[in-house]
Amino acid sequence: MNETVTKKMMLFFPRCECEKPIIYHLVKDHNLVVNVYRAKVTPEEEGYLVLDVTGTEDDIERAMAFVKTFNVTINCTGKGVTWDESRCTHCGYCITHCPTDALYIADEATREVAFNEADCIECLACIRVCPFGACASAF
Amino acid sequence: MKTYQQINDRIESGKAVVLTADEIIGYVEKKGLAAAAEEVDVVTTATFGPMCSSGCVLNFGHSKPKIRMSEAWVEDVLVYTGLAAVDVYLGATQLRHADPANMYHPGEFRYGGGHVIEDLVAGKTLQLFALSYGTDCYPRREIRTYFTIEDLNQATMVNPRNCYQNYNVAINDSDKTIYTYMGLLEPNRRNANYCSAGQLSPLLNDPYYETIGMGTKVWLAGAHGHVYAEGTQHAGAVARTPAGVPKGGAGTLALTADMKQMRPEVVRGVSLLGYGVSLALGIGIPIPVLNEQILKRTCVRDRDILAPVVDYGTDYPQNTGRVIGHVNYEQLRSGRIKVEGKDVAVGSLSSYCKALETANLLADEIRAGDFQLARPIASLAKENKMKPLVIRQKEP
Repeated sequence: MNETVTKKMMLFFPRCECEKPIIYHLVKDHNLVVNVYRAKVTPEEEGYLVLDVTGTEDDIERAMAFVKTFNVTINCTGKGVTWDESRCTHCGYCITHCPTDALYIADEATREVAFNEADCIECLACIRVCPFGACASAF
Repeated sequence: MKTYQQINDRIESGKAVVLTADEIIGYVEKKGLAAAAEEVDVVTTATFGPMCSSGCVLNFGHSKPKIRMSEAWVEDVLVYTGLAAVDVYLGATQLRHADPANMYHPGEFRYGGGHVIEDLVAGKTLQLFALSYGTDCYPRREIRTYFTIEDLNQATMVNPRNCYQNYNVAINDSDKTIYTYMGLLEPNRRNANYCSAGQLSPLLNDPYYETIGMGTKVWLAGAHGHVYAEGTQHAGAVARTPAGVPKGGAGTLALTADMKQMRPEVVRGVSLLGYGVSLALGIGIPIPVLNEQILKRTCVRDRDILAPVVDYGTDYPQNTGRVIGHVNYEQLRSGRIKVEGKDVAVGSLSSYCKALETANLLADEIRAGDFQLARPIASLAKENKMKPLVIRQKEP
């Protein structure tokens, strides 16, 4: 059980949880490596945090149990950035704007575009530039 | 040598041999030009991309009492009413009422004429609001109602300029990011954008307009339409490669078709950050293999087609005419081009994937005997040049 894994998750904060240093405890008490993609945590408002955590399964499990004590909703399956294949026209305009190649040409012959969610760091560049509104953010 | 009649007879009997402009290259290489010209009847070409000079004429029918619309909006997008009482023209690049445009730069332009056209073809319910000054024969002064495309008497797409034969590769020589109809261009040549289906594009497969002319039947977003005139800014007299392929814009087509027959997946509103709205269309055009020379020209490859690299920071807006250099479509499709020694990432606004899909859909229709070819009634000009707009003082 000492193998480390990386999990991407979205945390939703209800109002008034933002003064607590949750990330600090994830690192210090639960030995997790934390990589925050984006966050919006403002006093008196709901907030969110999209991050990667790397650690052993046990550490991650204990850390999540800790996070849940703050009335925070954890979503490990949700997608912060989505790509709607039916809206995409596969023009490929987004490709040069995607810094991690999460959006890529899947088939050189047909120039079909595909999206690999695992590589997405949620920089939101695609949402800004896509002429067809194929990319969207959950928040 | 074949005639239009012979080809149409073969289409009607379901025996026509049809290949896409993508497939024909390998086929001719394998079979040889003479044998392939005997065998193949039609080569289908296609393109999918933003085409700003697009729009449609709508006829709403008459309300009770009647109105002569003098100002009108569909989904808050202004339409042109300088026509008969309930005829309007809806243009692809018209912004929605109260869109802040570029007041907060760069503007997002989320909805406009192109999106109304997309929604109309998709069968959505849309709002019409119109005003009038009122006349004895048309007394109503105001109307607000909801309609779908099925409620309209006519919804006819009338596009003054589609299918540009070839197009610029846009790059930015300035030191700040610019937002253009060719997309976002980062400073100091950090990226480039192009917009053409290259070897699949209609007029690049018929560079001398031998089969595509006024009256040619086209597949306009799924509807059977035709070329009704030469497109605006059509300029046949441009620099060409030895094989006749234009090294820049050149020819254009004016197209029309019934919107009620169109397919929503190839009629798509476009939002260009910091620029505005437009409409992307999928267009397929069949080329009849009348002789070997026509077939030979449909075998054009991406690597044989050159596109001019143009600076949109200064040269394009200031109309200097300077071209930095030329690159071919094989290089463009690789995603990297070299511009004066510099390696530049390149993106596309035109979808090769959708163009390929369109070329195949058209080929299937022709094979099934559902799409007959039409001989042009007049040719497109080969000798004309594009004129600039001269700013003159009023003569005393």
